[in-house]
Amino acid sequence: MDQLTHRGIFVQIDMTVNGRACSADVEDRTLLVHYLRDHLELTGTNVGCDTSSCGACTVHIGGQSVKSCTVLAAQVRGADVTTIEGMATDGELHPMQEAFRQCHGLQCGYCTPGMVMAATSLLSENANPTEAEVREGLEGNLCRCTGYQNIVKSVLSVGGQS
Amino acid sequence: MIPAALKYVEADSATAAIAALSEYGDEAKLLAGGHSLIPLMRFRLAVPAVLVDISRLDGLSDITDAGDHIAVGALAKHAEVESSSLLQSEAPLLAHVASKVGDPSVRHRGTLGGSLAHGDPASDLPAAVLALGGSIVVQGPDGERVIDAAEFFTGFLETAISETEIITEVRIPKSGSAGWSFQKFNRRAQDWAIVGVAAVLGASPKVSLINMGLTPLRAGAVESALAGGGSAAEAASVAAEGTSAPSDLNGDAEYRDHLARVLVERALDEASS
Amino acid sequence: MTIMGTPRLRKEDPKLLTGEGKFIDDIHAHGELWMGMVRSPHAHAKIQSIDTTEAAAAPGVHSVYTGAELQEMGLWVAPLPCAWPVTEDMVNPPHYPVAADEVRHVGDLVAVVLCDSRYGAVDAAELVEVDYEPLPVVASIDAAVTDAVMANTDISSNKAYSWALEPDPEAVDAAFAAADHTVVGEFVQQRLIPAAMEPRGVLAIPAPFGGDITFYTSTQVPHIMKVMLAATTGIAENKIRVIAPAVGGGFGAKLNVNPDEILAVTLANKIGLPVRWTETRSEAAFSTHQGRGQNQKIEIAADANGKILGIRVHLDADMGAYMMLLTPGVPLLGSFLYTGVYDVPAFGFTCDGYFTNMTPTDAYRGAGRPEASYAIERAMDLLALEVGVGPDEIRRRNFLAGGEAFENLETASTLVFDSGNYGPNLEKALKLADYASLKAEQQRRREAGESKQLGIGMCTYVEICGLAPSRALAGLNYGAGGWEHAMIRFLPTGTVEVVSGSTPHGQGHETSWSMIVADKLGVDPDDVHVLHSDTAHSPLGLDTYGSRSLAVGGTAIAMACDKVVDKARLIAAHQLEANPDDLEFDGGMFRVKGTPTAEIPIQGIAYEAFTAHNLPDGMEPNLQEQVTFDPENFVFPFGTHIAVVEVDEDTGGVTLVGYTAVDDCGPQVNPMIVQGQMHGGIVQGVAQALWEEASYDEAGNCKNPSFLDYLVPSPMEVPNMVLDSTVTPSTSNPLGVKGAGEAGTIGSAAAVINAVCDALSPYGVTDISMPATPQKVWRILRDAKGGEA
Repeated sequence: MDQLTHRGIFVQIDMTVNGRACSADVEDRTLLVHYLRDHLELTGTNVGCDTSSCGACTVHIGGQSVKSCTVLAAQVRGADVTTIEGMATDGELHPMQEAFRQCHGLQCGYCTPGMVMAATSLLSENANPTEAEVREGLEGNLCRCTGYQNIVKSVLSVGGQS
Repeated sequence: MIPAALKYVEADSATAAIAALSEYGDEAKLLAGGHSLIPLMRFRLAVPAVLVDISRLDGLSDITDAGDHIAVGALAKHAEVESSSLLQSEAPLLAHVASKVGDPSVRHRGTLGGSLAHGDPASDLPAAVLALGGSIVVQGPDGERVIDAAEFFTGFLETAISETEIITEVRIPKSGSAGWSFQKFNRRAQDWAIVGVAAVLGASPKVSLINMGLTPLRAGAVESALAGGGSAAEAASVAAEGTSAPSDLNGDAEYRDHLARVLVERALDEASS
Repeated sequence: MTIMGTPRLRKEDPKLLTGEGKFIDDIHAHGELWMGMVRSPHAHAKIQSIDTTEAAAAPGVHSVYTGAELQEMGLWVAPLPCAWPVTEDMVNPPHYPVAADEVRHVGDLVAVVLCDSRYGAVDAAELVEVDYEPLPVVASIDAAVTDAVMANTDISSNKAYSWALEPDPEAVDAAFAAADHTVVGEFVQQRLIPAAMEPRGVLAIPAPFGGDITFYTSTQVPHIMKVMLAATTGIAENKIRVIAPAVGGGFGAKLNVNPDEILAVTLANKIGLPVRWTETRSEAAFSTHQGRGQNQKIEIAADANGKILGIRVHLDADMGAYMMLLTPGVPLLGSFLYTGVYDVPAFGFTCDGYFTNMTPTDAYRGAGRPEASYAIERAMDLLALEVGVGPDEIRRRNFLAGGEAFENLETASTLVFDSGNYGPNLEKALKLADYASLKAEQQRRREAGESKQLGIGMCTYVEICGLAPSRALAGLNYGAGGWEHAMIRFLPTGTVEVVSGSTPHGQGHETSWSMIVADKLGVDPDDVHVLHSDTAHSPLGLDTYGSRSLAVGGTAIAMACDKVVDKARLIAAHQLEANPDDLEFDGGMFRVKGTPTAEIPIQGIAYEAFTAHNLPDGMEPNLQEQVTFDPENFVFPFGTHIAVVEVDEDTGGVTLVGYTAVDDCGPQVNPMIVQGQMHGGIVQGVAQALWEEASYDEAGNCKNPSFLDYLVPSPMEVPNMVLDSTVTPSTSNPLGVKGAGEAGTIGSAAAVINAVCDALSPYGVTDISMPATPQKVWRILRDAKGGEA
């Protein structure tokens, strides 16, 4: 278990983010999303609400979708975290990112990182969801631009039942 | 919003957690999945000076067959409860209800013990544990005790757990082939139920209600009617008796009373079909 | 024209999909200070005293300022701007960024803390102690109208203005006197929280030695912002640079000049350090304006056949606590549309605007037009019931031009509609939705007595957008023009830069503009780069709102391209030693007609224009042209929306089970983008109909500021929509294009509520207020059934 190291009012938080070891000294109360955004400068993960409702802050912890606004960074010390910045590899978009592009699954793009992370987590648990299962799988992610139609289409184009 | 400044303490065992709670007293709050507590902290409706994190400790999340019941570790996440084949076969209501809590990302972090400890009358899982006749194992400085779910919820966001106790396990009697149903009515899928109903038609039928009072509660009048041989419709007609439904933007008490009657009838019909 | 009109993937997407796009909260400046906002918990109160001692001593705090202190510091030279004083005598007491003596809505700023961290600013703001003397509160339009309590101690009536559009009042009276049928609809347009997914934020970066200031803000209107900053802060306009970075949705909510924006700029300028702030979601209910907020009364007079003789409308509109940038004008934008798509011989409209002690209102997707469309389309269904014909038939009997195609038709509301062809549009939608089968299924369920009843509702809307002819805006007392600017320049190596005054926030302008330019100049769309949203790159512009970008800004781009080609033609002729009139331009190549080998690509001409070695005598170097387009008329998109709902009579729950829309926005540059706009727009209107409402209690508290209680729909609440279109080119611009950004919202709320009422019609129910919550539906049904649950 990762030791808890305090320096004054700060605690050292180490974790693996997008395959790289990261470390920062932050206040105990620091939310994971602010650790990622303000301390690691990984600003792709967005904050859209303050009630765990919108999912714009969704990241993966150990491959599973989590709302990073509702987790203390200290709680996931040593964890393997993936953010939207870790999805594209070798200059190629992740298939889910590519699907969103092909299907016009984004407009303003603010909910998009969270949508992509939630959608990939969904497919890791259910490789061939129906349309209804995709909608249910994304129920915790709000979008104000798309009416969801093309988001659902994007996800189905990667792994869904036709 | 952002939580107020706090001291984060990690407990690597139940014993350590109890010791920390004893040390910090009412300044401390136990942190498990955090999906009830952290939202309150972000609005500073909860301002614990110390958080004792038990989310990382090992051994309190197993789901095991204990003969006449299933023992669910307090730290079992909703997603684990939802996908447990043991629960799916022995207490399918619990697995099903877990799949209806919040949204998938919430279910990856939220824990059964945390949901029960929060004691929110609007939560789904307490109703499931009530309808299944479950019990809650808590551990404290003086050892372990087992509290019947029916005795567990004592007031609004209050439970029978003392400040220095933690939930370690939830015992769910095997419901066998008993019919069951879960009815959740809300305006938006991710939201809490405006009213919800869980029913298990075992030897003595149990029906519980969500968001119909200050605590998660059993529908006593419905259960009595059923025990007295009443039909589903007759039992459902008394669903709101003995309850004190809240009024909010989604519905006033009169509407909730009505929903309780409708949903209890649907639950009884489904559970017996 | 080979690229326009075809779906094309967006240029914007790769950045946004990978986290590379930078929104306001992603951008930082060295030494930045966070504003911690101290907001009033009272809807109306006098500020007695403020103690900032403890906050000033908190960790990381740079300084704390009360409203009174800021006023004394002389940071601003004018109150917050209202650019649309709709009448000469409109009452508009001065509104400064931070209240000095009286707060007028919950969330009104009373003090600001500057602190070196995001978290610390919140902590310190909580330490500011304010003593208030609560005052009586005006927490509804109905309360405001009585004038029993004043929303502002500096006014003698809550009524800020009365505005009328009454071309011929006697004709209206005569119409009602002669009517066989009259119907009256009284509707409430509930307040809505715009809820763009990205909360607003600001970052002002001063250059203490250079004297200039760079202001990043999550806005739809950087150009308007720059002008208004100069006018309110006294900072020279040529020292201000405004940048709208990636903007996460606007919907009108980022079309304002807000207290936080003035504060950030003036404080940064004063102290010489960067100042920033990002609103939180629940704070946005108080720090960002809300939409709608109108009580509507519409009356229709018709003859025995249901042919409309006249329409009379009155609105009481909720301004909220202050007149923001466009607050008073929003109802006026709708005023011309209360006659809908119908031939209305006589029309009269009046509107009173009232102050209340609630968050200010202003533009929200559609701004005035969804309200108008809702009123007329709900009233048409009432008229259909009254006359005893179907909702489709009542519309057919009243369509402008008899439902035939028309151009430049003057209507009773005094406007000239550019083009329309309403009949075929309706018939196409009815067929696509299979209206006859839906009605048959509805009948079957009714006869079977099923608990889930079907309702089918339609809306044949028209809207006004493409804002706007500057002269028309002058007639409405609007404070600015309605033109848009574009510049096209070829770079020496053959790629193209487009400078646009439009400011996208999710609409995909970079893609659409590239398509226009590619077609016009015969270049690859990937070789076109669009500069926008930064007043240093794009100094002239009037930004993005009112579905104006394509019709005005896109047209300006097309016209600038034409000018580029005109100049290039002269150079090409010079180079090819031909007469300009003998050149043809196709696919980016100038050719001498009849001499196929004599050709030169436009990129080559661009290089020649750059070197200027061999240009025609007197010609300026470089291939760069600009156009400022001021249209002669608005554009008027239209369409038919058909909603299908299932109403659970036991619970009152309403489920939207089907939605068909046939929209006509003229020729579509990128149909993929148009469909996306429709999808999102429709769901926003559906959300008003079924879920969303900013609820206030009697003390003026917004009871549901967070996403827990303010019900923005999730993927689970909406079905897939079936879309199609008709194409009726506009006469208002050379591209023939109309707008698509708001049409979905304008058409959908009425369609959904008409569907709910249709489902409940067997019980004699003819109206239900928005949002049609399960509780409301259940209670109306219970009462209609005689009180039985």
